[in-house]
Amino acid sequence: MNAARFKEKFVQRAFLFNGILVIMILAGIFLLLVINALPTFKDVSLKEFLTGTNWNPSSDYNPAYGIVSMVVSTFMVTIGSLVIAVPIGIGTAAYLSDVAHPKVREIAKPVVEILAGIPSVVIGFLGIVMVGPFIAKLTGTYSGLNALNGSILLAVMALPTIVSLSEDALANVPKSFQEASLALGASHWQTLVRVKLAAASSGIIAACMLGMGRAIGETMTVLMATGNAPAFPSGFLNSVRPMTSTIAIELGEVPYYTTHYHALFAIGLVLFLITFVINMIADIVLHRYERNFR
Amino acid sequence: MNLSKRSQKKFFEQFFGFGFLRLCMLAIIVILVIIFYDIISKSWGVISWEFLTQLPRKGMTEGGILPTIVGTVLVTIITAVLSVPLGMGCAIYLNEYAKVNKLTRLIRISIRNLSGVPSIVYGLFGVALFVEMMHLGTCILSSGLTLGLMTLPWTITASEEALKGVPMSYREGSLALGATQWQTIRTNVLPYAIPGMLTGTILGLARAAGETAPILFTGAAFSLPGLPKSLFDQFMAMPYHLYIMSTQHHAIVKVRPIAYGTALVLVSIVFLMNLSAIILRYHLRKARQE
Repeated sequence: MNAARFKEKFVQRAFLFNGILVIMILAGIFLLLVINALPTFKDVSLKEFLTGTNWNPSSDYNPAYGIVSMVVSTFMVTIGSLVIAVPIGIGTAAYLSDVAHPKVREIAKPVVEILAGIPSVVIGFLGIVMVGPFIAKLTGTYSGLNALNGSILLAVMALPTIVSLSEDALANVPKSFQEASLALGASHWQTLVRVKLAAASSGIIAACMLGMGRAIGETMTVLMATGNAPAFPSGFLNSVRPMTSTIAIELGEVPYYTTHYHALFAIGLVLFLITFVINMIADIVLHRYERNFR
Repeated sequence: MNLSKRSQKKFFEQFFGFGFLRLCMLAIIVILVIIFYDIISKSWGVISWEFLTQLPRKGMTEGGILPTIVGTVLVTIITAVLSVPLGMGCAIYLNEYAKVNKLTRLIRISIRNLSGVPSIVYGLFGVALFVEMMHLGTCILSSGLTLGLMTLPWTITASEEALKGVPMSYREGSLALGATQWQTIRTNVLPYAIPGMLTGTILGLARAAGETAPILFTGAAFSLPGLPKSLFDQFMAMPYHLYIMSTQHHAIVKVRPIAYGTALVLVSIVFLMNLSAIILRYHLRKARQE
């Protein structure tokens, strides 16, 4: 009997440890980023790092470690992608939840899932061979590898997240809301826009924020499709180099444990913090939303 | 008069509104069709038995992509070995043991944040922990472990969904007969949850197989003379191969067909994994309904 109880306790402890391991991994990622990022600031002041617009770590005479250009680039392609993905994503979610015939929905939902399953490197490849030449022809620019291209591809990447989470939010709106609105004489469209979308708004905002988090952290698509010029971005038809691309390009070339190497970890830390904050805000918004219906 | 005008306006509003929503859905379908049409139509001539079973030749301008397929499969196996047991264990803790308290909430917040960490940051973490701190070097093992950590939050979420689907009465019946909690989980919960867990796990592994950023600096190699001999060797991988064939190769235009072929094989493998998960899920639902 005692042995059985001991075993039971042991198993429970093992699973508890397994749960705590997840917290340790997140904390471990943060800690290792901090440890590897800190030596940067022996040579570079935090102010220069966060407010400098010039990133040129490989210069022998005057290396510069300012990340503003790449932060602006990241947000530029992200916002560009959201401008495309948010309306289409919410529209599709509304279509799936309120307009589509149940049979159509059965087919349409896997379509969104398949889109989510396409590897980012394939999307980036299509950015080079398909979207790039198309933009080049349309605008008369040389290669079509620019911020616009990155935005379009990131929109494709963020769409499935926005669609499926927005649809969940719409499905969670109590049926009685809809029935009350229809009983008062509102049309289906009016009910959808003014009642259901309004009631699900925090869930939809959270969905868009998570889509944004994905777009910010996406590496391969922007690496392949935005042209990677490390200058301050001057427009959507110009080449940009977001934070993720900078790490991906330079970590392969840099000698380990140099200031440059540590600075790349510092960029990773900034990236980690940005996505962390976005996820936390989405989490808070979502929790508030769930409480509203209880 | 006034009333009919208003109802007319209501009608048109709905007509155009729903029309817009249909267009949104159509846009996504069109995007998917274009993607598949482009890849399949341009890679059809490249795909052959030789393409799948031979080593690259003449500076990767000819020959097959066998090493990249082998590399991706090996890495995905390591990924599964790390992330499946840990993910299932964590899901079992959350769904079967955890009480509603601060620790549980902290675990859940961590899982959500882990799934939001950018893949390139996992790459940095892999370099710092596996390659440098643990001295594994750049190899299959380092890449697989890095991808394993990245897939962990997906495995946990999917496994928990599966556990939630097991009716409470299964547990109560067993507990009422005097079984301990672990006996109950082992005999009355897991047998019913494992197929669902596998479904979600396969979906996660499919995503891991297509990831590039985490393996860039933890073990993937530009080009290797042969197949990897141990887990401590570098490897070639399909997604990385597609990346270098489309951006880094010295004869980019010449190797474009190979890039397209690689893209098709990669998408097909990911798609087949997804499909098998979806079919598994379908049979599961049917079995449960009967």
